Amino acid sequence: MSDSAQSSVSLTVNGSNVSVTTDPAVPLLYILRDTLGLRAARFGCGEATCGACTVIVNGRAVMSCDLSVGDADGADVTTAEFLGGDPPHPLVETMLEQQAGQCGYCLSGILMRAAALLERDPAATRNSIAEELDGHLCRCGSQGRILDALETAFHRAKGKQVEA
Amino acid sequence: MRPEAPVPLRAGPSISDWFRLDPEGKLIAMTGRAELGQGNRTALLQMVADELGVCLDDIAIETARTDRTVNEGFTSGSVSVSEGGVALRWAASALRHLVLDRAAETSGIRRDALDIEDSTITQDGIPTGLSAVQLSAGLDLNVPVTEFASPRQPDERWRRFRDIGRIDLRERIVGAPFVHDMEAPDMLFGSPVHPPSRTARLVSLDVDALRARPGVVDVVLDGSFVGILAKSRFEAARAATAAHAIAEWTDTAVPPNDAMAAISGSEENAETVFETGTMESAQGQRFELTVSRQFLFHASVAPSAAVAVWNRGAVTVWTHSQGVFPLRNAIAKSLRMQEDDVTVIHRPGAGCYGHNGADDAAFDAVLMARAVPGRHVKVVWSRQDEFRSAPLGPGMATTVSAAVSPEGRIVSADVVVNSAPHTNRPGVNGTPNLLAASYLSDPFPPAPAPADVPLARGGGAARNAVPGYSIPNVRLRKRIVSGLPYRTSALRSLGAFTNIFAIEALIDDIAAHRGADPIDFRLRHLDDPRSREVIKRLADLTGEERSRALPEGCGWGLGFARYKNASGYCAVMACVNCTEEVQVTDVHCVADIGEVISPDGARNQIEGGIVQSVSWTTKEAAKLEGTKVVAGGWMDYPILLFTETPRVAVELIERPEAAPLGCGEIAQAPTAAAIGNAVRAGLGIRVCDLPISRSAIIEAASRQPDHHSHPVAG
Repeated sequence: MSDSAQSSVSLTVNGSNVSVTTDPAVPLLYILRDTLGLRAARFGCGEATCGACTVIVNGRAVMSCDLSVGDADGADVTTAEFLGGDPPHPLVETMLEQQAGQCGYCLSGILMRAAALLERDPAATRNSIAEELDGHLCRCGSQGRILDALETAFHRAKGKQVEA
Repeated sequence: MRPEAPVPLRAGPSISDWFRLDPEGKLIAMTGRAELGQGNRTALLQMVADELGVCLDDIAIETARTDRTVNEGFTSGSVSVSEGGVALRWAASALRHLVLDRAAETSGIRRDALDIEDSTITQDGIPTGLSAVQLSAGLDLNVPVTEFASPRQPDERWRRFRDIGRIDLRERIVGAPFVHDMEAPDMLFGSPVHPPSRTARLVSLDVDALRARPGVVDVVLDGSFVGILAKSRFEAARAATAAHAIAEWTDTAVPPNDAMAAISGSEENAETVFETGTMESAQGQRFELTVSRQFLFHASVAPSAAVAVWNRGAVTVWTHSQGVFPLRNAIAKSLRMQEDDVTVIHRPGAGCYGHNGADDAAFDAVLMARAVPGRHVKVVWSRQDEFRSAPLGPGMATTVSAAVSPEGRIVSADVVVNSAPHTNRPGVNGTPNLLAASYLSDPFPPAPAPADVPLARGGGAARNAVPGYSIPNVRLRKRIVSGLPYRTSALRSLGAFTNIFAIEALIDDIAAHRGADPIDFRLRHLDDPRSREVIKRLADLTGEERSRALPEGCGWGLGFARYKNASGYCAVMACVNCTEEVQVTDVHCVADIGEVISPDGARNQIEGGIVQSVSWTTKEAAKLEGTKVVAGGWMDYPILLFTETPRVAVELIERPEAAPLGCGEIAQAPTAAAIGNAVRAGLGIRVCDLPISRSAIIEAASRQPDHHSHPVAG
């Protein structure tokens, strides 16, 4: 079998323009992790069934194991590294403040989906946050703390919006 | 009198086994325990800083690695704090004494006026300007801990670092701390091609076709072990998928028709492991019930992974194993190497709840990296590998029968535990117990009849099968059902989950039969003050909520256990709604884990245990067909979702004066029991066969009263 066809793909990742030469069939997840060194997006299943690899693509939360990099050509991608600045994004800050997690493997994906939801609907209730997260698995049983923290963060964001 | 020295000090007798100074002058505490996502790294650091009197900024903690830390065996059984932490406290105490001796020499100040506070040597509480960490740099730490240690008494502890928050949580959210995230120049990616069952063997595989695939660097073939090395993860995974499609396997093992029936119906001789009083003398009305738990998956969110590299005949492997030293021994044995030529270093993985695939993935990486000396090889299992090849939590069936006197006292309990093995950890049965080791052309098969953990060490299958209540006549027998073609091993709380589910169900059924309140009935059978207190406190906390009218099909239930009959006390009250699917809506818990290092950390662990147990109890069963594990992905094995998660509240009864007892596993069993009893309260139906799903309720209802613990003749 001959080498697969390579092509050049351009992305904007966390605000920077990058271009990679790759088999366009490679999932975006592997490009982020192994080519670009952005490893906060986790490999969990490779089948879009656990949510651990979730990143934001053009404003929407997407499971990056299920999106080929070729199909993401030209896209604007945000990963959890982007939330980890100094100071960290309020979502990260609230998760730390409330110690919402144990092993933490699922958390970056959950936060990316929460960040996309926060952008879209800061008034989201606890129930609608939970529904939004039903595609994300957490095996340590931290769901309650995660929902508590996100509810707090959404509440604070809404407060800020009202002030503004 | 000084208490007996903690056991880990036998393997690490010197202060230098537990402390060193790094080149920047920072004090490093070293623990042989692994951080498995439970937060023990933070708790142990707190214990050390508290004992020494130093600021957290002046100290770091390093975890399990065979080239540096003490051999503390497996990080399991909820004893990181109670054993590992207490050993560190002793070592820190000894170091503190040496530092204060040196401070007295250096300054000429009376030794008994000196102390360490906030990393500074103080004289009668006033800082002297001497730094405790700098002073420790000049000390010979190669001296026995026990010669100098006198750990602080409870009233002398600072307790300054209570809820400092996990030191590793931030990087776990936005960083790359996992073994899955490791990088190295020229690293290759390895994908194993696991046989479709533990007992299958390779018949044929076109290795050349695999080698010709894009990105494939090599294919490692040894007996029935197949590993593909490729330049990228994508190419390795694709080649593995292609290999599965073309490989031919044979499997001559004879599977049971029904694995659960083989366990519950086992006619092997039962071993009596505990007996007090006699069964014959116990007269009264008899009650009996048999419960079962299916095989379970660990179902961690990340598949197992490892990185390995060979140099000049020696190998280093990074792994999320629970036991770096046992793994080193198992690898060396499998490859007939010297242990000194194998270095095993712990790196975080996703949550670990027992003996999962971590050790197997580490050995896969070792075997694949051997083909490319000098190059790091990262192995990440597929989700299918994780479901089909990692050890399972064993299926179990537990029968409890009791005799009750006319006055309503339980006068005897006869318990029989039938279980697939819980103890197949690397090395524990004299074999490596590594998946690939059994596939090599020069193989090490798994132990035919694994030894169980004796009751004196907490028990394996029979853990918590001796009822914790005051019952004068008790007999406990067990059957370890070996010879099934499945890999089973330790899963969080071992047999306690099933045994407490059985005992607490029977207690509730007897109380109901006698028209007694389940709380009062338990208290009448409990003399131990700490057991009574957690139940009473829970009853008080939930009294108002429980007094409210509930819709039909809803109910509250209680479950209680003292983990291993010797560790943390845990009482759980759960509310279920069975009007449609079985929904656990609310869980309250009161726990007494003795001294608490980090209250929020402990509550976090207990909450997680509760939620995981809700998932096990209401949803989970691994399907087996022939010799094969069926599930290939999450769609085949749903676990609890965010929208299904109950409200959970945990309260701790803190006892600063008492020994720490551990908390990681204490909630699994009482939660299952509480759910079972809540379903019975809500529907009047006793579901004995887990998981308690809607269909299990319908099935149990159709079999009642046959399937219900009820008075039996004789």
